[in-house]
Amino acid sequence: MAKTGIGEAVARREDYRFLTGQGKYVDDINLFNQAHAWIVRSPFAHATINSIDKDDAAQMPGVVAIYTSEDFSGAGGVPCGWQVNNKDGSPMNEPKHPILAEGKVRHVGDPVALVIAQTRQQARNAAEAIIIDYTELAPAIDMKAALEPDSAVIHDEVGSNLCFDWELGDKAATEAAFEDAHHVTRLDLINNRLVANPMEPRAAIGDYDSSTGEYTLYTTSQNPHVIRLLMGAFVLNIPEHKLRVYAPDVGGGFGSKIYHYAEEAMMTWAAGQLKRPVKWTAERSESFMSDAHGRDHVTHVELALDENGKFLALRCNTLANMGAYLSTFAPCVPTYLHATLLAGQYTTPVIYCEIKAVFTNTVPVDAYRGAGRPEATYLIERVVDVAAREMNIDPAELRRRNFIQPDQFPYDTPVALTYDTGNYEATLDQAMEAADYSGFEARKREAAARGKLRGIGLSCYIEACGIAPSNVVGALGARAGLYEVATVRVNPTGSVTVLTGSHSHGQGHETTFAQVVSDMLGIDYDAVDIVHGDTAKVPFGMGTYGSRSIAVGGSAIYRSVEKVISKAKKIAAHLMEADVSDIEFENGEFKVAGTDKATAFGDVALTAYVPHNYPLEELEPGLEETSFYDPANFTYPAGTYICEVEIDPETGVVEVMSFHASDDFGNIINPMIVEGQVHGGLAQGIGQALLERCVYDEQGQLLTGSYMDYCMPRADDLPSFSVDTTVTACTHNPLGVKGCGEAGAIGSPPAIINAVVNALSDYNVTHIDMPATPMKVWQHLSNGRG
Amino acid sequence: MYQFAYHHPDNLNQAKELLTAEESKPIAGGMTLIPTLKQRLAAYESLVDLSSIAELQGISETSESIRIGAMTTHSDVHHSDTIKTKIPALSHLAGSIGDVQVRNRGTLGGSIANADPAADYPAAVVGLGATIHTAERDIAADNFFTALFETALKENEIITAVSFPVPEKAGYAKFANPASRYAIVGVMAVKTRSGIRVAVTGAAGSVFRVPEMEQALGDAFTADAVRGIAVSSAEFNSDMHATADYRGHLVSVMAARAVDAANA
Amino acid sequence: MTVSISFQLNGTSAQLDVADSQLLVEALRQHGSTGTHIGCDTSQCGACVIHVDGKSVKSCTMLAVQVDGKSVTTIEGLTQGQAEDMHPMQQAFKQHHGLQCGYCTPGMVMSAIDLVNHNPDPDEKQIREWLEGNICRCTGYHNIVKAVKHGAQMMREV
Repeated sequence: MAKTGIGEAVARREDYRFLTGQGKYVDDINLFNQAHAWIVRSPFAHATINSIDKDDAAQMPGVVAIYTSEDFSGAGGVPCGWQVNNKDGSPMNEPKHPILAEGKVRHVGDPVALVIAQTRQQARNAAEAIIIDYTELAPAIDMKAALEPDSAVIHDEVGSNLCFDWELGDKAATEAAFEDAHHVTRLDLINNRLVANPMEPRAAIGDYDSSTGEYTLYTTSQNPHVIRLLMGAFVLNIPEHKLRVYAPDVGGGFGSKIYHYAEEAMMTWAAGQLKRPVKWTAERSESFMSDAHGRDHVTHVELALDENGKFLALRCNTLANMGAYLSTFAPCVPTYLHATLLAGQYTTPVIYCEIKAVFTNTVPVDAYRGAGRPEATYLIERVVDVAAREMNIDPAELRRRNFIQPDQFPYDTPVALTYDTGNYEATLDQAMEAADYSGFEARKREAAARGKLRGIGLSCYIEACGIAPSNVVGALGARAGLYEVATVRVNPTGSVTVLTGSHSHGQGHETTFAQVVSDMLGIDYDAVDIVHGDTAKVPFGMGTYGSRSIAVGGSAIYRSVEKVISKAKKIAAHLMEADVSDIEFENGEFKVAGTDKATAFGDVALTAYVPHNYPLEELEPGLEETSFYDPANFTYPAGTYICEVEIDPETGVVEVMSFHASDDFGNIINPMIVEGQVHGGLAQGIGQALLERCVYDEQGQLLTGSYMDYCMPRADDLPSFSVDTTVTACTHNPLGVKGCGEAGAIGSPPAIINAVVNALSDYNVTHIDMPATPMKVWQHLSNGRG
Repeated sequence: MYQFAYHHPDNLNQAKELLTAEESKPIAGGMTLIPTLKQRLAAYESLVDLSSIAELQGISETSESIRIGAMTTHSDVHHSDTIKTKIPALSHLAGSIGDVQVRNRGTLGGSIANADPAADYPAAVVGLGATIHTAERDIAADNFFTALFETALKENEIITAVSFPVPEKAGYAKFANPASRYAIVGVMAVKTRSGIRVAVTGAAGSVFRVPEMEQALGDAFTADAVRGIAVSSAEFNSDMHATADYRGHLVSVMAARAVDAANA
Repeated sequence: MTVSISFQLNGTSAQLDVADSQLLVEALRQHGSTGTHIGCDTSQCGACVIHVDGKSVKSCTMLAVQVDGKSVTTIEGLTQGQAEDMHPMQQAFKQHHGLQCGYCTPGMVMSAIDLVNHNPDPDEKQIREWLEGNICRCTGYHNIVKAVKHGAQMMREV
């Protein structure tokens, strides 16, 4: 029999439907009498709307309705889920984010009008016939310039473009440490703006049942319950029992499908108005100007060291781009998910950081795979590398001198977190061995003989995952608790249906979670089904992001299974006329200790639902348990990544020759899936370091608005990867798991840039901003030659 | 897309007749035209599909040249044994256009009629000194590409074939835009019986020759002969992927690599 | 204008009424072949790759009328008569975890099969170059390359 338990590389049960074209994504769904929407979007970054003339458009063939902001006067704006306070304790500026632009557009792509017609083509035709009179305003695009007094102001009610000015850490102690330092390394760097680009563009279908007053939203979401809560309570005022949100198969998310988007509210509301389903699917060019973007930090960082290379203090200040409006998670990305990670894997005793969040006339920026932690890792691992070169200490050795040691856990960092466990040196050693770190010089010489510049780079990352302990994030400003829910429903014949609040959009939960449950219950893996994505079926859960599904969602499942076993033991004890304390459960069988009496799990299940021989006075019938699991702490995956690159000095082209990742994810349920998650993260991280960037011109036009200019990593841009793991089990969740979804994207960008800078070390290059495109590398080479 | 009528004539006369209609447009492989229509950047009353016209098909060989029907796909050029044997650089160039699926649909005639400044084929047509055959006349390569997206073709003049003289040797080197995979700079370096031709695509508004490189290669057909020759980038394209300066630098590098490929 | 077209779809004859200007991918999806996906509007992502007369093409960059009289194979057409109800290439993708969200997968598989039809034993470089017209955001391509290699081997052994 195939091995399907915890720790086995079980092939995914999802795959058959995806491989045979039977996946069901939102755009694959068509409802009876469905109308189609087209959204008119702003062509300008910043403009006032003088008038919208929809008369001609309304007469076009097939047009059902045309809506503008006045039609949404009863609706709220798109809400932000996180609150951040300024240094002085006052709340951040949180201007309204209207469903459709109210008198002003604030980024290219800002929705202005909603056109609904019998066909998509007709809706698009009519959209072109709407006449909108704009007066263009000076835009605020560059963050630094946007904070200057003479900048155009995007939200008049705010008065400036500052969203918040926030700090973390002990400023005075940090300054004192810098004054006494033997050496200070300073670095300016940019964490480039990215577009998540899941391959499935966003889509939404609104439906309304006038006989029940029930709305249904089919949407491309990572967290349907959160959408139901935000849209129902804050935007459309639909009570939750009258609103079903269903996210069927979703073609990737990477963060961009966490947030509540205006299009979801538009489709739901319009379906209610028109009493018929309304469907919208984004074109890719529309995704580029309406999906939340990621990253976009500008940072100055300083590291103070003593004469032995011991880190004494770290300080940094960062401008974080929020875009034109606050997206659902946006304020927490540069703050709670970034500044709190600035200790990295190191014992840096004092840290201080300042974050200014800035509004600009660009698409809203929010969490993208890693979210804050890649930015933190990048600045730490770059400044440490520069310090190593300045002090002439091997970069691996410098890191080693500063690692938090295994006997120091639990370890309180100076930036608000408590790391539960880890062994950073062991992971570094394993990675250096696997990457043949010591053999680099020979490879470099061999490359030089071929006319190539070879460089090696490493990065030691840490992340806070398993988002998030509600008491911690509540104190930080989250407006919801980030627990997770699971119902484990044992069916009368012993098969099991698991309802989870986690959402799978590529992660393989249907497989992994079934491995956990079947392993714990000792039943056939195929007897366990996982249900997710539908608020009509699953209790109120929080969804999938922040590498939380196994650590939080898996823990909720674990707890529910424990409860099921506990109740089943009582039933078994009754059936076998034994004391419950004598019942042992093993391999799907309940046994009376010290006897040969046994009863199968299935028999107990049937008894629970056909309770003829049953302790009804002590125990309710049925065998179904629900748990809401709120984690005690974040989890802290960590690892070392080592890569080698070769640069063609004639063209500046960087080729990744090898990439090794050693990760500590704690215990692992399905190593095949974990490796796949790492591979995908690495591709996105290497993409950020070498290929991807979202560029606006000075007028706020998006220059990278399609795959013609936004460089997605392709198969021939990447090498095969080498990955392995070390294990220190998480101490505070029952499976000992940490999560693996984001690590690859967090650890890899500094490893690549460190390698590129290393390759250019003979050219007087100390830093190169991402992405290290051929032209940029060539320019550095030219300057270095000069 | 805006609505249009679709015609697929099976002979040239019928195609010419259909193209006399107002707002009609020939479609070859459609690899540029269909995306343009999808994004509503253009509108036509009718499209005339040239792909099933027998006169526009096929690869034939004379002692001096290879004649390629205008509707021959990039894949067919890439995989043609005749072309691989006689002008391997042309096979290589065709195999570097777009991706496999683009090459399976896109055609030689469609590409050069479109005259995209970043397309690969113009470098081959000019570099190899090809002759463009239309239903009416023959046009020398040097007179064909006139400006950005402009050619010597008259309204509704249909390219029937292109004849490529077989060179002594030829090489093509391309520096692709990492996102679109079009040429940022592509250089075709060719040694013919009558002289040297170096054609550059991607760098400027239209394909152009580099006389100073041709002269240097006439003296010695080696990579070193061109590596040091700096071309003026004053009129070159400049965008987020490559400034004019960088393109200028790449012309020298790619020219040297094209010569190396020709000599290989 | 609407025209009636006839073609072979996954081995059976199909008649569709389509507008002259309708894209092939839209016609296929409306006809129920929703395994063929749309991931971009610039003909680059490859989520819509199908076979027309045995060659891989991007169905977002063809008109439906252009397959009149031709033979079309989509991802749904690969399973017929196959062991485990999947084509060897589909089996290899499953075995090697060559897919995550599944959205690019049909196009990726159709492209990979076209590769193996041309080159029964491709090496890693050839696989990576062939797949340049298929973008995957989930897998980093590592396992796709492994899957295509093994799928090619299984196709050779059939």
